[in-house]
Amino acid sequence: MLTKRIIPCLDIKDGRTVKGTNFIHLRDAGNPVELAVRYCEEGADELVFLDITATTEKRKTLAKLVREIATHINIPFTVGGGINTKEDVSVLLENGADKISINTSAVKNPELINELAKNFGSQCVVVAIDTKIIDGISRVVTHGGRTPTEINTTDWAKEVADRGAGEILLTSMENDGTKNGFALDITKQVSNLVNIPVIASGGAGKMEHFTSVFKLADADAALAASIFHFSEISIPDLKRYLHDEQIAVRL
Amino acid sequence: MNVVIVKYNAGNIQSVLFALERIGVKATVTDDKKLIQSADKVIFPGVGEASTAMKYLKERELDKVIVSLKQPVLGICLGMQLLCDYSEENNTKCLGVFENVKVRRFTTTSTPFKIPQVGWNTIASLKGKLFSSIEKNTYCYFVHSYYAEVNSFSIAATHYIQPYCSALQKDNFYGVQFHPEKSAKAGEQILKNFLTI
Repeated sequence: MLTKRIIPCLDIKDGRTVKGTNFIHLRDAGNPVELAVRYCEEGADELVFLDITATTEKRKTLAKLVREIATHINIPFTVGGGINTKEDVSVLLENGADKISINTSAVKNPELINELAKNFGSQCVVVAIDTKIIDGISRVVTHGGRTPTEINTTDWAKEVADRGAGEILLTSMENDGTKNGFALDITKQVSNLVNIPVIASGGAGKMEHFTSVFKLADADAALAASIFHFSEISIPDLKRYLHDEQIAVRL
Repeated sequence: MNVVIVKYNAGNIQSVLFALERIGVKATVTDDKKLIQSADKVIFPGVGEASTAMKYLKERELDKVIVSLKQPVLGICLGMQLLCDYSEENNTKCLGVFENVKVRRFTTTSTPFKIPQVGWNTIASLKGKLFSSIEKNTYCYFVHSYYAEVNSFSIAATHYIQPYCSALQKDNFYGVQFHPEKSAKAGEQILKNFLTI
């Protein structure tokens, strides 16, 4: 049986792992390669690395870090942050990334999704969507949550799937960093609307939150950062708990 | 040991190269016929689209080279599918090593099944040296929209929407639908097993 995936996310700034609350205040959470190896050994199903500096001059550093990660871990990993072109993707894949994630650049230039899917295959194209409720409607926000748009989250989700995205990484900006649980409504809406896997993100604080997002919101995977970085919840404990809750996980 | 990874227009070759490095094996990535023919082991990976991949192989006559190999060959994901007879993906005639085996597209009308299947699923009904010391219902990592029908060459079975064949073997040819290069310790063991066949 296909299992639900648990995905630790490592936000990278200047080669170190950081995690913010509502994406603004950053705390140092350690060496990304060390953390990646630890998660791998603990039974993480995949890893996501988001480079939140992602300036042009830093891209070489990222490629080097990606290569180091690839030589150390034996599970799939996704790299995102500052990817604007096919060439950016090539560099990351050549250095061992399995998937790449695009966000703002896809909103600005939706054709990029088609181009990447055609050149590298849908399986490696993750479209990250940051969503926020504005005037009662879930809208897409860009630039790490700083720029609101008029785009409805559900419309955008449908469009990215039609354009060839392989997966959607959906982050609720209200929930992110709160530890009050995932945004169940919008996750369920998106997951039931598209026929590609949806990774829920933002708000994980307790093991029960994972049960809810899998059972009530039909998420295919759940992503979290700080609860894992600061060992508030261990991956083996979480997986045993989910198994006891009758949720299929890889033990 | 001389391990060659067939270079063609399909992704994930780097991941295979890194996985071999992690188990201490330095492989060569090449589309040179002579190098492929003289290798001790040949890995035929691939993530991509079947008809484009077949066209590329034919243009370089790699199709003929691959089917005539006598050393152990391991097809991974699209590589496995291309070793079958036919793929529904753009109605593609494949290499036909696994005779009469057809590759179909997953179809579903109901959630919770998404297409492609992405993630960890179990392999069972394991046969042969490739799965030596691998336990039944071990989890492996899959990413695919097309699958090989249940067939007589099957050495592993998986269930997604319906039962299907997740690994095949005929003589020196092996094929796996999942990605051993991304399947944690189990995947490493399967790669090691292949290298010792």
